[in-house]
Amino acid sequence: MSFGCTRAVALEGLTGAPVEVECHIGDGLPAFTVGGLPDTALRQSAERVRSSLVVLKQSVNQRRVMINLSPAAIAKHGTSYDVAIAIAVLACLRTIPQDACRGVTHLGELALDGRIRPVRGILPAVMAAAAHGFRHVVVPTANVGEARLVDGVRVSAYETLQDLFDAYTSLARGASLPQAPPVEASSPGQRRCVDLADVAGQHEARVALEVAAAGGHHLMMSGPPGSGKTMLAERLVTVLPRLSDAAALESLAVRSLLGAVDTKEGLDKTPPFVAPHHTATMAALVGGGSGQVLPGSISQAHRGVLFLDEAPEFATSVLQSLRQPLESGRVVIARARRSVTYPARFQLVLAANPCPCGMGFGKGLACRCRATERMAYGARLHGPLLDRVDIRIEVPPLTRSGLTGEVGESSAEVADRVAQARAVQAERWGPSGWQLNSQVPGSVLRRSPWRLPPEETADLDRALDRGRITLRGYDRTLRTAWTVADLRGKTTPGRAELALGLMYRAAEGVQR
Amino acid sequence: MVATADEQDPKGSDDRIALGATGEEIAWRYLAARGLQLIARNWRCAPIGEIDLVLRDGADLVICEVKTRRGTAFGAPIEAVTPRKLARLRRLAGAWLREHPGGGWSGIRLDVVGVLAHPDGTYAIDHRAGVGG
Repeated sequence: MSFGCTRAVALEGLTGAPVEVECHIGDGLPAFTVGGLPDTALRQSAERVRSSLVVLKQSVNQRRVMINLSPAAIAKHGTSYDVAIAIAVLACLRTIPQDACRGVTHLGELALDGRIRPVRGILPAVMAAAAHGFRHVVVPTANVGEARLVDGVRVSAYETLQDLFDAYTSLARGASLPQAPPVEASSPGQRRCVDLADVAGQHEARVALEVAAAGGHHLMMSGPPGSGKTMLAERLVTVLPRLSDAAALESLAVRSLLGAVDTKEGLDKTPPFVAPHHTATMAALVGGGSGQVLPGSISQAHRGVLFLDEAPEFATSVLQSLRQPLESGRVVIARARRSVTYPARFQLVLAANPCPCGMGFGKGLACRCRATERMAYGARLHGPLLDRVDIRIEVPPLTRSGLTGEVGESSAEVADRVAQARAVQAERWGPSGWQLNSQVPGSVLRRSPWRLPPEETADLDRALDRGRITLRGYDRTLRTAWTVADLRGKTTPGRAELALGLMYRAAEGVQR
Repeated sequence: MVATADEQDPKGSDDRIALGATGEEIAWRYLAARGLQLIARNWRCAPIGEIDLVLRDGADLVICEVKTRRGTAFGAPIEAVTPRKLARLRRLAGAWLREHPGGGWSGIRLDVVGVLAHPDGTYAIDHRAGVGG
């Protein structure tokens, strides 16, 4: 009768619960059972651990081994418990010191020959362990960069169970495992290979992109194929400000759940750019899946840009499912027994052809679509989703004059202006709890002290009177105009800024 | 293909049957030395199978399965007792009790004895008592 225990982490979404891994070796026929709501992958851990222990010459093949993962009522998924289970068995056999491993969190999957394989979700798991006061983790060597991003945690990393076993057996009394050596930072290569200077012509679209970046406004671009919509969208992240440490960690934690993330250059502070294909399902976009609830594209784009190319081709139900996350900045995926919340504060960029054949721009002479087809195409995007898009522009096909014109500004120059405009906004709205113009409710902008003088808003008021824009459109125009004013260094928007804001509403995207 | 000793397949070679019988003999002597009394040997119950040894341990009835092997290339003898075979042993225990009512047993125990026959004629015995779960 003996007993051994160590620690692991059970992840449900981004929330992790510390788990105590208990091992009991008793009399009876040989068996290796894993209790505590394991899924199939975790139940098969028994075979991986048994085989790895044979490699260590610590075979338990003829013993009756019982593993319990406590709290046993939390469902546990995946293969990251293998190392913890093996360590609990070794502690139970008294071949490694019980005191040394009891409070240590072990994460990693075992190969049959005892190698420790990388697992997904290391970052949120280590964050959860640290948050619950377990500040020493053992991770696979391949994951060490990710684990190190969490402050105040002692990270040890091993390639094989044999190495880890040797480290434990050679420990002095009361000592703990050594920290993994710092990861050698590879040269900060030119990862940002795209630049706004690559875009030929498209002056209006570039301005709109800058306004969208400065105010955090959602953007819709409509234009024929080949006019550069995708190029522009990809470059939005190059003019957005770099993420703060906390924001970059939040964003990385989501992507960590889907696979090992690249941490060779330390924490990547570039906002993520995610462009799902238009055949994406609801689960792919907002998150879900059977068994484990995984984050979707919108959560991978957290703190970055979600680009939906060929937006009208997405299933309507999929598009409409974006509404709630757009408002709340998070997505709640509810299941019968539990619900998982993922962050989803992203900037939406939509791109669409003007009509199914793509030629319906300008006078539309080359367009071969039937009127009903064009209407149906446009109607897919209308309604509540498009209401949340502040800026809608048309991206015309490129002309030769656009090609021969001088090279546009680089991303760095635009990013400077965006950063300045964002600083102005933060100063203005900070006391009220907002950061960007796009977050400010319309009612605030229409009331004192932010109400604009009637002589400036005359055009806008007239558009409202004539029913050309709705009250919601009115508010959105105000918001965009404030951003334009911030970019131009003006204290309040004037007639010119409001006119630009109105223009971004008037270009009704797909359909006029 | 190396056949494993399996009571469902009694058509093994004479050599294997002899090995099984020797193993049972060794197991029984081992248990007898520990104070258990033999009640029956190779008790058959069609179609479930056969109980190798039925013994009395004080007031307890002991249903015992004996596994004999010549080597550990395919695992120790006791590793050959799968959960399925254990379930069959449990059914056999029930069948034996039905056939022999009124024993007044205070407990029923399932044991497995693994006998490893070394080439030099010596044996290693691994006795697991109360494996019924």
